Amino acid sequence: MPSTLYDKLWDAHLVRPETIDTPGVLYIDLHLIHEVTSPQAFDRLRSEGLPVRRPDLTVATMDHSTPTRRDAGGNYLYVTDQARTQVEYLVNNCAEYQIRLYELGAPEQGIVHVIGPELGLTQPGMTIVCGDSHTSTHGAFGALAFGIGTSQVAHVLATQCLLQRKSKTMRVLVEGNLQAGVTAKDLVLALIGQIGVGGATGHVIEYAGGAVRALSMEGRMTVCNMSIEAGGRAGLIAADETTFEYLSGRPHASSDGELDAAIERWREFHSDAGAPFDREVTMSAAEIEPMVTYGTNPGMSIPLRGVVPSPDGDPAVERALSYMGLEPGTPLIDHPIDVVFVGSCTNSRISDLRSAADILRSRRVADGVRMVVVPGSAAVKRQAESEGLDRVFREAGAEWRDSGCSMCIAMNGDALEAGQYCVSTSNRNFEGRQGRGGRTFLASPLTAAASAVAGSVADPRELLG
Amino acid sequence: MQDIDTDRIIPARYLTVTDRTGLAEGLFADWRLDEQGHQRADFPLNQDDARGAQVLVAGENFGCGSSREHAPWALVDNGFRAVISTSIADIFRANALKNGLLAIDVPPESLQELLDSGFGTVTIDLAERRVDLPGGTSVTFEIDPFARDCLLEGIDEFGFLRSHEDAIAAFERRLGSLT
Repeated sequence: MPSTLYDKLWDAHLVRPETIDTPGVLYIDLHLIHEVTSPQAFDRLRSEGLPVRRPDLTVATMDHSTPTRRDAGGNYLYVTDQARTQVEYLVNNCAEYQIRLYELGAPEQGIVHVIGPELGLTQPGMTIVCGDSHTSTHGAFGALAFGIGTSQVAHVLATQCLLQRKSKTMRVLVEGNLQAGVTAKDLVLALIGQIGVGGATGHVIEYAGGAVRALSMEGRMTVCNMSIEAGGRAGLIAADETTFEYLSGRPHASSDGELDAAIERWREFHSDAGAPFDREVTMSAAEIEPMVTYGTNPGMSIPLRGVVPSPDGDPAVERALSYMGLEPGTPLIDHPIDVVFVGSCTNSRISDLRSAADILRSRRVADGVRMVVVPGSAAVKRQAESEGLDRVFREAGAEWRDSGCSMCIAMNGDALEAGQYCVSTSNRNFEGRQGRGGRTFLASPLTAAASAVAGSVADPRELLG
Repeated sequence: MQDIDTDRIIPARYLTVTDRTGLAEGLFADWRLDEQGHQRADFPLNQDDARGAQVLVAGENFGCGSSREHAPWALVDNGFRAVISTSIADIFRANALKNGLLAIDVPPESLQELLDSGFGTVTIDLAERRVDLPGGTSVTFEIDPFARDCLLEGIDEFGFLRSHEDAIAAFERRLGSLT
């Protein structure tokens, strides 16, 4: 019986299989931690006198509440005392439990789902969890990666295991080639628009097909990252040469002598031909347009050149249009904007910054528009600066920041004001997500940069060579 | 209202706590209160009839979005003991059940009946997996048998997981022997 990649990952990590009455016990190869979802979990361990079972399989960073700029004295200014306290809590917890922590200012620090892959911690065949729903990002490497709640963070800290039931599977097959100016972000927005924000609930999504194979690792991460926005339990892309090439030379991905052996093991992490899936979705890459959201969940999207749909009696759409201040039948192209945010675990890697810089080179951010560019990690920031991208952004009039989640979740002071329109490369346009009353248009880095230049929602294809 | 996400249930600005302080006030904060901090007259939980409510009835895909367990915590801290929808998001469901907040899916007709009946009383029989609706009919719901048993018998899932120490150690020895 041919197996799916999910079957193989699941079976390889079962400490105890599930029964009708009990979930399975799944071993976790890598546990990633950040400051927001861990405090209560460590307290639980402490109150029960338990150690962390595998500090060597646990890695922490700080990203959600952390400032992305320093004052004149070089100090990071937290937006509230509570935010600073929460970060200090993580520092103390990691010291007490001997967990490797990449603090603000550390060369390895960054958004948790950016640093895992870039450090070579994320590898094919692994199970990876974190108290963060965008953990699905790591599935781009042929790893089973998903978000968990704080109680489960305590479970993993104490036992290195989770109670889990096996999910159903959905294969999303994308054949053909993406058009110029159409990116991985547009692909996943189009998918969520097609199947809905609950479309993959109860399913692990595997992405397959020529168009997926053709994506870079960073593009694959963007797609897997937003699997949760369709309700998916996790996203998966089989490991292949693109994966192995990305991992070669990364700090934690096997020293040279062992890399070949590791690659041979990693080759098995794909679905067998003919393996059955519970649901199949097909998309034609050539038909995908640059996308933009109009509403208040990632499924409420249209092609850039489309028009805002009519609610047709749907109270959720009615409410969304009211919140966003949009009228049915109107185009989003040329809609004035106030802010552009390039960042987040979805689109803040070096290729995303290069895309935005390609548009901004020798151009200016429009008057009245504030553009904030937040690299996904300190390493991405260094790489970008070595390529002169920071100069491109600054000369165009954009702000160049230190890494962190920043305006995606607006927990650190980087936020929209009520009523402001923002084209954002992040993953959620929920009411108030980027700041109370803030109005988010989710889009690709290309679309975001083009919109910054135009001062309104704009099609990047008009500015690309 | 469908697709109520966990940002709406508890906005991110409430998540900088290291315990559960302030979560009760944060429940649906931006929906319950206007910009001046006054209660919105039209929000269901602000109605007198909603006082003491223990069961929340919500449209499809309740709890979607972020994995924040602060969302079920905020509901529990406001006295809620169950959420009924047609389809509850996966991560929210798992979090809720670990906190004694029942997450129940019923068919669309039953949900509509509940929504149409406004503020009322339901009886939830967890052992029988049955909800008695205000109109007199009953509907059976699905719930993970393990979650149900834990809730009925007061077993903590953490304890159950930790009871697998031998199996976990054996698995680690096998892992070690493979490399």
